[in-house]
Amino acid sequence: MAEPAIRLTSVSKRFGGVQALDSVDFAVDAGEVHCLAGENGCGKSTIIKIVTGVYQPDPGARIELFGEVVEKVTPQEARARGIAVIWQDLALFPEMTVAENIAFETMLGNRPRRVSYPAMRKRAVAALARLDVDLDLDARLNTLPIAQRQVVAIARALVSDARLIFMDEPTASLTQSETDALLDVVRKLSARGVAVVFVSHRLAEVLDISSRVTVFRDGRLVGVYPTEGMTQGRLTELMTGKHFETTVAARDVTGPPVLEVQGLTRQGEYADVSFTLHAGEVLGLTGLIGAGRSELGHTLFGMSRADAGQVLLDGKPVRFPSNRAAVDAGIAYVSEDRLSLGLIQPQSIADNTVMAVLKRITSGGLISPAKKAALVDHWIRELAVKIGEPTDAVSTLSGGNQQRVVLAKWLATEPRVLILDSPTVGVDVGARAGIFRIVRQLAETGLAILLISDEATEVLANADRVLHMAGGRILGEYDPRETTLQGLEAAIYA
Amino acid sequence: MTRLRNALGGEVLGLIGFLILVVILFGLTAPRFLTAANFGSIAFQLPELGLLTLAMLIPIISGGLNLAIVFTANIAGLTLAWVLNTHGGVDAGFEWFVVGSLGALIVGALAGMVMGLVIAYTGAHPILVSLAMMIFLRGLGEFLTKGGDISGFPDYLRPLGHGLILGIPVPLILFAVAAFVWHILLTRTRHGFAATMIGSNIRAAAYSGIHTKRTLTLIYTLSGLMCAVAGILMVARFNSVRVGHGEALLLVTVLACFLGGVDPFGGFGRVVPVVIALIVLQALSSGLNLLGANQHLSTAVWGLFLIGVMVLRWVAAQIPKRRKG
Repeated sequence: MAEPAIRLTSVSKRFGGVQALDSVDFAVDAGEVHCLAGENGCGKSTIIKIVTGVYQPDPGARIELFGEVVEKVTPQEARARGIAVIWQDLALFPEMTVAENIAFETMLGNRPRRVSYPAMRKRAVAALARLDVDLDLDARLNTLPIAQRQVVAIARALVSDARLIFMDEPTASLTQSETDALLDVVRKLSARGVAVVFVSHRLAEVLDISSRVTVFRDGRLVGVYPTEGMTQGRLTELMTGKHFETTVAARDVTGPPVLEVQGLTRQGEYADVSFTLHAGEVLGLTGLIGAGRSELGHTLFGMSRADAGQVLLDGKPVRFPSNRAAVDAGIAYVSEDRLSLGLIQPQSIADNTVMAVLKRITSGGLISPAKKAALVDHWIRELAVKIGEPTDAVSTLSGGNQQRVVLAKWLATEPRVLILDSPTVGVDVGARAGIFRIVRQLAETGLAILLISDEATEVLANADRVLHMAGGRILGEYDPRETTLQGLEAAIYA
Repeated sequence: MTRLRNALGGEVLGLIGFLILVVILFGLTAPRFLTAANFGSIAFQLPELGLLTLAMLIPIISGGLNLAIVFTANIAGLTLAWVLNTHGGVDAGFEWFVVGSLGALIVGALAGMVMGLVIAYTGAHPILVSLAMMIFLRGLGEFLTKGGDISGFPDYLRPLGHGLILGIPVPLILFAVAAFVWHILLTRTRHGFAATMIGSNIRAAAYSGIHTKRTLTLIYTLSGLMCAVAGILMVARFNSVRVGHGEALLLVTVLACFLGGVDPFGGFGRVVPVVIALIVLQALSSGLNLLGANQHLSTAVWGLFLIGVMVLRWVAAQIPKRRKG
């Protein structure tokens, strides 16, 4: 039995009326890679903030750091004891060099002192050597890709002698090869006795890297499990507390082809992609992040141009100079980034709904308030969006309802083809079912739907056919009725 | 009451409250404040600042700024003056006023369009682009006029700057028309809608199929056009053109926009509260003037007033929160 790096007992935290943490225990062993799993709002970030001294727990908690009981953890105390966090935004200085970013903390102190660049370089070199990584010390941080910036953040933690590093969604914006490289670094850290707590919603990754997983749900501890023998499905059940029957919605689609993609290639993004999407069909497109799925979606939506190949819409070749042209031709695209690209958060529900169909609510050159209200009303009812007033800001809605507003915006354009890029990101599991009910109904009206998702369960349950994409190419096609989750996942993570 | 609040916007009610307060305060302390003559002078002074504020409003709503408004107006005025002067000066025919005004509008729109194109296609920051344009126009204007005044215009210009129609000052009518057009533009046209959405989140607007580049170009073109209208009015009112005239108004237009509840980060703003804010500012300065206060003191009071309004807005925003909590 390894000795514990940290051990927290009966930690509670209340914010106003919200019980963020309810008497949870959490322990990490020295040198262990441990995963912290749970849905949004389950208390994951709250516990990180308590360990690192950002928040103080409610009375009754006991915090033991590296064998010593600590009465009050302050951010300075946590750092001095070797606890570091790498937040999603990394908190680095984009205008400074790699060496400065790694070693600047060693130059801070209570007394003013001269900054010694040679000493900083030496420290930085040592930290990078421990990770077996080669980086240009003089490169400005903002010239590096995200993956390398992450390495810089890790190296910085090592400089301040971290023995436990929290990583908050470290792979969220990485490609597959970058993710692999990062996981490699994590393994090296672990081999050197540094414990790593991994927070990630990519379950496959979680199971791959960590030895144990702690699951939180609604601020409570569900349990601590070894990852050996744990499946993604089981982990989802633990996180959501619901049993998900894997029903398969797939049927045979007999509609005519609507969108035909032939040999589509864009340098560095995807190559030789061909498929046919029929009217009334839900075509799943899955694969790991970095497989080129979203990039393909962007081209189909006119946001980027292919280098080779062609796209036929209703049998006629099309080439869109802009996404407006794609919208006018009947293509709609629900972005994976609902928060910053799918909706304009501070603006009203009504304005967001009509944004793509302004022409349709204009008469005599002026926007008709009556036509606008009627259109908004129609779609809010049609998609059963739960709202207060149409004039409320869209940011006041829950994730699921926001996604319905995005759908309303695009359905108002009366599209022939609907591209859904990861439509359930940040949507609660319960609300996801509602979204997919709508998707299925839309397909039944003859809409052709391309469902892009990195969750194998999602495409298997909801698509009529599934395409697997990796490294920019389509590697295989699956019939959900004849494919098991294990089979598809084996292909994806091969 | 809540419905009325929603229809008018809390902003408008608050500003009207301020206006009433200002009128009562000066009505009691400055004996000549509540006279037709004083309101007349306010009505004649307001439009110049008002038109420039409208020119500033749309760029701010779109998340930018146009620092070149005053010099755009000057250059436009200069165009009109040049046309009149080369065709007889005081004796220039009315047709030359029409030609000159068209020329002024084109010059103004062109200056705006150049800024819009640069902002839209290079992604340069509007503050930098319009600052560069401001310096360019100022230098150009001073070079052309050698830093002096151009004056001597036909008599028929006088009514435009000083005349009354049905007892209402002509400049005020011009401003009212311009404000109405701007109001319709922002609330009822696709372009105004797009400008507002761009101000909140330009990338999301682009994803929704809004032509962001075209919209940005048009925003600054319209801003330049409105500057030209102000420039023409200034020619008529002062019977002379000098580059740099009205320079002090630049920051006042920004102030009027913010006072009128326009979001400094873009995405929100309406014409009506901005017009009321303009009236409040003008009434303040006129009242202080009547009390015999120094011109500079009235500028200081404007500044204090804006600070006060921001604090009050913060207080007002706290009240509903506390009630809920």
